[in-house]
Amino acid sequence: MLNPNPSSQPASLYEKRKAVFPKAVDGRFRRFKWLVMLVTLAIYYGTPWIRWDRGAYAPDQAVLLDMGNRRFYMFNIEIWPQEFYFVAGLLIMAGIGLFLVTSAVGRAWCGYACPQTVWTDLFQHIDRLVDGDRNAQLRLEAAPWGLKKVWKRGIKWTIYLLISFWTGGAWIMYFADAPTLVREFWSGTAAPVAYATVAVLTATTFIFGGFMREQICVYMCPWPRIQTAMLDEKSLIVTYKDWRGEPRGSVKQSLKNPGQVGDCIDCNGCVNVCPTGYDIRNGPDIRCITCALCIDECDKVMAAIGRPRGLIDYATLEDCAVERAGGEPRPITRALFHTRTLIYLGVWGALGLALLFALGTRKHIDIAVQKDRNPPFMTMSSGEIRNAYTVKLRNMEARPRPMEVTMDGLPGGKMWTGDTSNDSAARVLKFNVAADRTEPLRVYVVAPEGTAAQSFSLTLRATDADGGSDTSELRFDAPKGAAE
Amino acid sequence: MANKRIDEPTGIETVGHEWDGIEELNNPLPRWWVILFWITVVFSLGYVVVYPAIPLAKSGTQGVWGWSSRGQLAKETQIAEAARADVKTKLASLSLTQVAADKDLLGKAVAGGRAAFLQNCVQCHGSGAAGSVGYPNLNDDDWLWGGNVEEIHQTLLYGIRQPGVAETRTSAMPSFGKDGILTAAQVNEVASYVLTLSGSAKPDAASQAGAATFAANCVACHGPDGKGMRQFGAPNLTDKIWLYGGSKAQVAGSIHQAHAGVMPAWNGRLDPVTIKMLALYVHSLGGGEDFKEAPATTPAVDSGNAQPQPK
Repeated sequence: MLNPNPSSQPASLYEKRKAVFPKAVDGRFRRFKWLVMLVTLAIYYGTPWIRWDRGAYAPDQAVLLDMGNRRFYMFNIEIWPQEFYFVAGLLIMAGIGLFLVTSAVGRAWCGYACPQTVWTDLFQHIDRLVDGDRNAQLRLEAAPWGLKKVWKRGIKWTIYLLISFWTGGAWIMYFADAPTLVREFWSGTAAPVAYATVAVLTATTFIFGGFMREQICVYMCPWPRIQTAMLDEKSLIVTYKDWRGEPRGSVKQSLKNPGQVGDCIDCNGCVNVCPTGYDIRNGPDIRCITCALCIDECDKVMAAIGRPRGLIDYATLEDCAVERAGGEPRPITRALFHTRTLIYLGVWGALGLALLFALGTRKHIDIAVQKDRNPPFMTMSSGEIRNAYTVKLRNMEARPRPMEVTMDGLPGGKMWTGDTSNDSAARVLKFNVAADRTEPLRVYVVAPEGTAAQSFSLTLRATDADGGSDTSELRFDAPKGAAE
Repeated sequence: MANKRIDEPTGIETVGHEWDGIEELNNPLPRWWVILFWITVVFSLGYVVVYPAIPLAKSGTQGVWGWSSRGQLAKETQIAEAARADVKTKLASLSLTQVAADKDLLGKAVAGGRAAFLQNCVQCHGSGAAGSVGYPNLNDDDWLWGGNVEEIHQTLLYGIRQPGVAETRTSAMPSFGKDGILTAAQVNEVASYVLTLSGSAKPDAASQAGAATFAANCVACHGPDGKGMRQFGAPNLTDKIWLYGGSKAQVAGSIHQAHAGVMPAWNGRLDPVTIKMLALYVHSLGGGEDFKEAPATTPAVDSGNAQPQPK
């Protein structure tokens, strides 16, 4: 971006991507990044293969988004469509969680856990594995297309493609029984949408991880833009301590003019290891995803020349100002918590507790009733008044359960279901509701001639040992003036 | 154009233009972005060629793939029909009672019947099949011509009082007042009597006088106890359901000038499977009666025989 020599050529409107060849680095943040990559990839690739015994009536995959049967399974939690607010709540928590992380540790999501970062990191390691470290990569890039380059590129892109395919393939495992789906996939009998999804995700992983890399962060992703609005002087960022580093000069120069030259020896190590190719010494920028690899590299250089670590370090702008003025900066742990962080933490925690409470107290039995509005009521030949209802009995347990529906209120009222007859009318109906099912029923309710419009209720009770019940308040309509 | 310089705060080169002191920084677009743009242009060209795209004076370009939304609908309808073919074949071959015994098939037939009902029947019977004055409510348990599924099917096939349809359900109640069979006073007396049958009115002198007139004129069709006779479509006068209104004036009006409601014969207008589905749907509305084996076949009486003789 920085061009010190204004050219007299008309400026080009477009710019070719400047390829980034980050150097391998080791250090505490790099090791943390390895750990995060290991954990996130293991979760992503491994989760669908965890088995979870739910008995004979439900799938035994621990995490399964069963779209066909409209059920989400997550270990011992099963979410029905009408309970989708749990999923919505989790998504809101994830959103607030990102705010919380940003206010506490800045762009840590970008630097460590974002899939784009994790896969880019993985692919950059493939580059080093096949082509060698930064310098070898640069040489190969500059070399003309010969046998060696074609061979190396072929190998590298094949590995890219295999990882991409595995990544795309892992995605669909969340939506069906994984072992079955793998068999179907390779025998050509899986659903077309499975192949299409794998194809699309393989292509995007291949292109985004293999070639687009930092371009996604810099030009495509909205999150860095949102973060620029969320970061303030209390946010933890990766920063170059210019008051300590400037003016830059070699070790030799600093020996010659003690006190005149800063700690930065201008080795460009921080730029060489940066996965987005940014020079952190130019100050905070959208390109800095705060992966902290430059800190590791700079610490290594400082150690080698016998100067204290932390020329590039995590710090808040507030602390930087203190340090610039000669004060002692607070320890980093103190920078983590400030008002905004605590507010986000409070909201996030409250939401989490509310969801847990709702999850713990939710019913596994449900009655939902919709009244016929056309006609709202009708007179039978005996003069009795009949109302009709569509009733849904839900058994959300993974076993068949005996249940009964009881009518409360509506004196003299009786009911029967659509597949039986008037003769079986009663105030209590018994059913056997199949495991993990919704039983739709047509229920007719009659009340004696002259009954006025009123409210009553239907209660669904499980009559086995575990019990449980749910009640629905209803309206019974009658001809006007029937009460008189 | 030679005014290029490095912008101090950003360190970025300007493009060299200046308007009233406003300069533009040179932040070039990534090249892949431009390539994507050209790819979309190429895609759109292909789209214009293969799909209908350019409006002309009367129609428009058709596209080489020949796609049209109407064609797509026809194709999807065809697929849906093919998916239903199995159910339709079953419905065509099985009897109504056999269908009623198969819960799954019955559910499909009732759903199909509901759709056909909403297209063909709601004009008279209403979308909830609740009817209105003169048009029977199909939800209740009162049936003029029989309420088991075979009888409903029969009514649907041949209609009610359809000229030219041999099997149509037919009868004709005389207009006792208008045709001078009964005097106005007698008509009123009979009305009073009829209302006592269902308990809607208390017996009085008028109703007692009406009872004799009823016995002489009405029992041939409505029966000695007023319970009606389904082979004539003669309504049950002892229940609480009044097709043409249950007030004394309305009942007297019906006796003075008889009603003769009609219903189209659907045989030939709708395919046999649809008519079966309609019969099953109407039967499912809550008032359907059980089918008894060997129902009384249509009696060999014509409408003329059903007419009571004038006094």
